[in-house]
Amino acid sequence: MLAKRPQWGIILDTFTPVLAVLAALLIGALMLMALDVNPIRAYSALVTGAFGSTNAIADTIVKATPLLFVGLGICIAFRGGVINIGGEGQMIIGALGTTAFALALPDAPPGIIIPASLLLGFVLGGLYGGIAGFLKAYFGVNEILTTVMLNSIAVQLMNFLLRGPMIDPDQFGRASRIPQTARLSAAFDLPRLVPTRLHAGAFIAVALAILVYIFLWRTTIGYRIRAVGLNREASRYAGINTKRYMVLSLALSGAFAGLAGAVQVLGLYHRMVTDGSPGGFTGSAGFNGIVAALFGQLHPLGTIPAAFFFGALLVGANSMQRAVQIPAALITALNGLVVVFVVSSELWRRRRARRREMQAAAEITHAAQPVTPTPLEAVNDR
Amino acid sequence: MIAELFSATVIIGILSSGVRLATPYLFAALGETFSQRSGVLNLGVEGQMLMGAFAGFYVTFQTHNPWLGLLAAAVTGAIMGLAMAVVSVTFKAEQGISGIGFYLFGLGMSELLFHRLLGTVETVSGFPTLRIPVLEQSNSLIIRAIDSIFLSHNFLVYAAFALVPIAWFVLNKTTIGLKIRAVGQNPSAADTLAVSVEKVRYFTVTLGGLLSGIAGASLSIGLLNVFQQGMTAGQGFIAVALVYFGAWRPFGVLLGAMIFSLVNALQLWVQVLGIPIPSDIAVMMPYVLTILALIFAVQRVQQPAALSKIFERGEH
Repeated sequence: MLAKRPQWGIILDTFTPVLAVLAALLIGALMLMALDVNPIRAYSALVTGAFGSTNAIADTIVKATPLLFVGLGICIAFRGGVINIGGEGQMIIGALGTTAFALALPDAPPGIIIPASLLLGFVLGGLYGGIAGFLKAYFGVNEILTTVMLNSIAVQLMNFLLRGPMIDPDQFGRASRIPQTARLSAAFDLPRLVPTRLHAGAFIAVALAILVYIFLWRTTIGYRIRAVGLNREASRYAGINTKRYMVLSLALSGAFAGLAGAVQVLGLYHRMVTDGSPGGFTGSAGFNGIVAALFGQLHPLGTIPAAFFFGALLVGANSMQRAVQIPAALITALNGLVVVFVVSSELWRRRRARRREMQAAAEITHAAQPVTPTPLEAVNDR
Repeated sequence: MIAELFSATVIIGILSSGVRLATPYLFAALGETFSQRSGVLNLGVEGQMLMGAFAGFYVTFQTHNPWLGLLAAAVTGAIMGLAMAVVSVTFKAEQGISGIGFYLFGLGMSELLFHRLLGTVETVSGFPTLRIPVLEQSNSLIIRAIDSIFLSHNFLVYAAFALVPIAWFVLNKTTIGLKIRAVGQNPSAADTLAVSVEKVRYFTVTLGGLLSGIAGASLSIGLLNVFQQGMTAGQGFIAVALVYFGAWRPFGVLLGAMIFSLVNALQLWVQVLGIPIPSDIAVMMPYVLTILALIFAVQRVQQPAALSKIFERGEH
């Protein structure tokens, strides 16, 4: 029998992302001091901005919603051994489809249009993500580079459509010419918790997180996706069509980002609008969703609190900007550091896992415990 | 209006812009060639370029000396490259994702510093154009064309093109080049021959960062003489793609960089001449071209065998 003893290593594994965030915030504090800003004032403005009132908490959840959708897609892609950096573009393509569809049928019954337009966003995002998956699986093209290029292409397509064919007729005559579409019929608005901006999208996202968990761990397709991610060669020997599953992972990943865009349109903006910059519509949720998923250990359920946390950072950053004149871009920089720290800390996680394996092997004579590779290891072994 | 595209002045203008616009691609992609040849895929180039662009601009703005700006950009890029080396070589982190982390860091950090230290878009006088006055006034169209296309640029443009044969020489004709290629192709074998995989990769990734920093400066104190947030607009990522396109060879990278910058120049001139192609669609072209280039490039050649693979001593 194995003696039960505290598994400090496993506890440490669980809290590694938290340590990564603390380290990033610490470096952020040093940067603030270097810029002559009191970090305690800055961070307390951030916390108040994110949680200080009912409205603030509602805004935090609203910001967290697209991060969770995108993050769920990231979980699927990374578990499947492919990297999706294309959340930005997939969100835009999904949102464009949703907007065009809802604008085309303003008088149709909302009970049909709302689910149908969300589904359209999901499918279009999936097709757009699937391009990168297809090129990776059948042409060996690095999916990171294609998804990055597809982001830029989607941004240009959006700018073109919102300044031209899809522009709000009201904006057409005006000098300002804000690149936005007309407002969708109010009948298509997702239910909202008045007076806050909190809309039903958050609940859809949480429900889907549970479904994605069931999908990845309780269905055959999910099992195969993870198998291909963990060991492509072994999966092929086991008779899995690994190429098809790589395409599927990236397509599903893109689909969730597309849905994120669709929900932003129906729940929050009620139109498609940008400011001409690459993150003008998405608010960089396509990138921040990656950070949230990594923070949630690439687990769909872990991504729920992770998205909430990063939503809070983003909302708080705006208050911080007002209170101490530190641009919200600080949070982008800190998010970058979180990513770097989380992937760097994998080294110790791997080492601890190996040590546990050796100990287990030494203690049990008849069989060594199989070691579950960490999710990022799956990506490493590509 | 389309006919205007084919007039001598416009063709010379496009070629001249093409040569100029290749500069940031060349610096960044040649740096990335070193790093990928040694087996490290550095996707943080875009972030390094942005930081280099800001550092170069800010120091030039303060000191009125573009050479000090260039130095600042190189040092900033090198520091970011060194950080990438620590993460990818010592901590053995997944290279694609950590590169994206450095991209986000550079994106946010350069914007933060821009707002705090400058506040508004300023201009500087960066590297001046070096010209030969006699040629400019020549009566011969051919001489004026050669002058305009090849001899009417700033120092950084010439430096970028000079770097191509230098990079080729270093990679193919020197001991360090041999070590870089060995480490990228078969790190275990290199390791048994007492080549330090770690040291070589630290060198190449830091060098890549340094050149990416200069690539950023070639925009902010060479070509445009302004700094704006996110001004690199994905050129760092395109530079990484150019390395694949150029089959990990400096002259291949040169070919790719020229194709790209000519497409870019054409796109700019189309807008200048008012040819009715929406500018948003025209700007899309380099990105579409990148994807097509990647599809065809990957079919042709094998990448360095150890590219983006983690090296653990004593395995395999």
